[in-house]
Amino acid sequence: MSLIHRSSGLLKPLAAGPASLLRRPFSSATDDDATKITVETSVPFTGHRIDPPSRTIDTTPKELMTFFVDMARMRRMEIAADSLYKSKLIRGFCHLYDGQEAVAVGMEAAITRKDCIITAYRDHCIFLGRGGTLLEAFAELMGRKAGCSKGKGGSMHFYKKDGGFYGGHGIVGAQVPLGCGLAFAQKYSKEDHVTFALYGDGAANQGQLFEALNMAALWDLPAILVCENNHYGMGTAEWRAAKSPAYYKRGDYVPGLKVDGMDVFAVKQACKFAKEHVLKNGPIILEMDTYRYHGHSMSDPGSTYRTRDEISGVRQERDPIERIRKLILSHDIASEKELKDIEKKARKEVDEAIAQAKESPMPEPSELFTNVYVKDHGVE
Amino acid sequence: MWGIIRQKVGTGGISAPSMQRIRPAVSAWRSYSSSGKEMTVRDALNSALDEEMSADPKVYVMGEEVGEYQGAYKITKGLLDKYGPERVVDTPITEAGFAGIGVGSAYYGLRPVIEFMTFNFSMQAIDHIINSAAKSNYMSAGQINVPIVFRGPNGAAAGVGAQHSQCYAAWYASCPGLKVLAPYSSEDARGLLKAAIRDPDPVVFLENELLYGESFPVSAEVLDSSFCLPIGKAKIERAGKDVTITAFSKMVGYALKVINLRSIRPLDRATINASVRKTNRLVTVEEGFAQHGVGAEICTSVIEDSFGYLDAPVERISGADVPTPYAANLERMAFPQVEDIVRAAQRACFRSVPMAAAA
Repeated sequence: MSLIHRSSGLLKPLAAGPASLLRRPFSSATDDDATKITVETSVPFTGHRIDPPSRTIDTTPKELMTFFVDMARMRRMEIAADSLYKSKLIRGFCHLYDGQEAVAVGMEAAITRKDCIITAYRDHCIFLGRGGTLLEAFAELMGRKAGCSKGKGGSMHFYKKDGGFYGGHGIVGAQVPLGCGLAFAQKYSKEDHVTFALYGDGAANQGQLFEALNMAALWDLPAILVCENNHYGMGTAEWRAAKSPAYYKRGDYVPGLKVDGMDVFAVKQACKFAKEHVLKNGPIILEMDTYRYHGHSMSDPGSTYRTRDEISGVRQERDPIERIRKLILSHDIASEKELKDIEKKARKEVDEAIAQAKESPMPEPSELFTNVYVKDHGVE
Repeated sequence: MWGIIRQKVGTGGISAPSMQRIRPAVSAWRSYSSSGKEMTVRDALNSALDEEMSADPKVYVMGEEVGEYQGAYKITKGLLDKYGPERVVDTPITEAGFAGIGVGSAYYGLRPVIEFMTFNFSMQAIDHIINSAAKSNYMSAGQINVPIVFRGPNGAAAGVGAQHSQCYAAWYASCPGLKVLAPYSSEDARGLLKAAIRDPDPVVFLENELLYGESFPVSAEVLDSSFCLPIGKAKIERAGKDVTITAFSKMVGYALKVINLRSIRPLDRATINASVRKTNRLVTVEEGFAQHGVGAEICTSVIEDSFGYLDAPVERISGADVPTPYAANLERMAFPQVEDIVRAAQRACFRSVPMAAAA
């Protein structure tokens, strides 16, 4: 992101000079909200059957810091989950999101908790963005009572209905018709809210996606289909799976937008634009160009189908947290040390949550038979 | 006696059975009605849908041809005019898509009634029925319940061939998280559909195309809009002394003294076992395939709970282990007929000579 312009009543426009001379400590938040910072997205948006939104976006120091804190927390959570899995405290499947944080955070910044999000199995960070806690996440991963699904769901089945998060789904592509169903219900209930249905480049070829998209377009449902294109469906690169990997164009008659998914401001702008669009015009597709550092899951090293150079290249050039760090530093919103302290704090938060989660017991044996039904007519 | 043979009779009473002329005589029930209204199963389903949609604005109907066509089998006739296209939604021929949309809307709190033109087409949507609907309340530990009904004709019709004739009761009933209902009469249709729509869990509602046009007596209680039948309770259509026969859906009409299961999941094991403990013999009847079928489950349940009471091996009558043929003679052989049930009941009673039926 390039620095374009900063306006503030209190500071002289910065031409050059060591950042430390004019740095304000972040803790003095008096005019952080009033300070407007204008940024530009890394690349312009590309539209399919639609005029894309502007790549120039206004933000505030507060927002920048919030983005950093949130993404740092998500990053830490996923790294910690990696260790927990290797120490066999997490079992089964564990699909990590590190690298893709900008999508979760940028989306949240554009919407409310009355809007709905539904996604596939790479759901830990979306859960956090919707208001889920680290404790609920780690306890669920470790199959404990304090988990968001009381230990009965596991990594792929996090939910937070009161935060507008409808899971957490293990069957590739199923979440897209489900998400269109949420949008159907929102329209049926005459609410001015929308649903974001997230899916990967792997799921983008699923037939049910096109079935649901057709109906969403026919009925003008407020559904935003978000393809988190991390370029690999499990071990299969997009060019091997899709005749046309231009996922934002795959809606054909449905407009689409291609977005730099590593740029939290681009994500926010696109989601804001999409929300306004679908409330008037029916569905839209957003393709988030993103990347996952980990393999598909913890059983996949992620390096047999991609080079280590590619992975480290993305980390160096496009990491979403580094982008924000650079912005914060270049605008003197906080110092390097302050940012490091925030990361340390995130680490501490995560460690504490893990410790607490470890204290949580496994579910009672009687829980085996609960929640099969809401209204049980007698145990079979 | 065990007068399970029925003939089409205009007045009450069963005369001496004549094996050669046995035909399923669904309409013989009429002879046993006291004065009062009659209603076809079609009208029973239609009226139940109408009343539940009227009572709860969250209830809506979705499926192929349910709106402007008035329903492929006219079950949803008149509903579009009454409730409008937002609540009676015609879909393209995309079962996976609209079943998923239905389930998603149920996650949000609506109460969809999704129609499959036949349950053979539900296989295209089965992932949503099982993985998206049935399991969600459990996986979310109660956060996401799915108050959806999947309904439509199940089992064989007449001459529709192998891909349009399968019975899915056993498939769906094996899945915890679903409820599976199979009405027979108009009373069943009304009461069970209302119960299904009001239920907070996903319900698979298995109708039968050949029953839609059949008329049954309905009491004033059944006609009342608050009428509802309990899920999980079988109905003893008529108690027999010598053998317990269980059946569901169309097969109920093939036997006089029979337990009409009404609910395949949960199965009313208590009623079945109590009956077997009195008769000491069991014959289960179903249209579907024998292997891993509903009858297999009932037989095992009785062996588990009431083994000491059995005087004869349990027996299941089911569809032939073949894809349904088209030729009329072969198709007839592919499904249980009354004579098959009679033979099985006789085997259970160790008698092969027909006895005069006495009431």
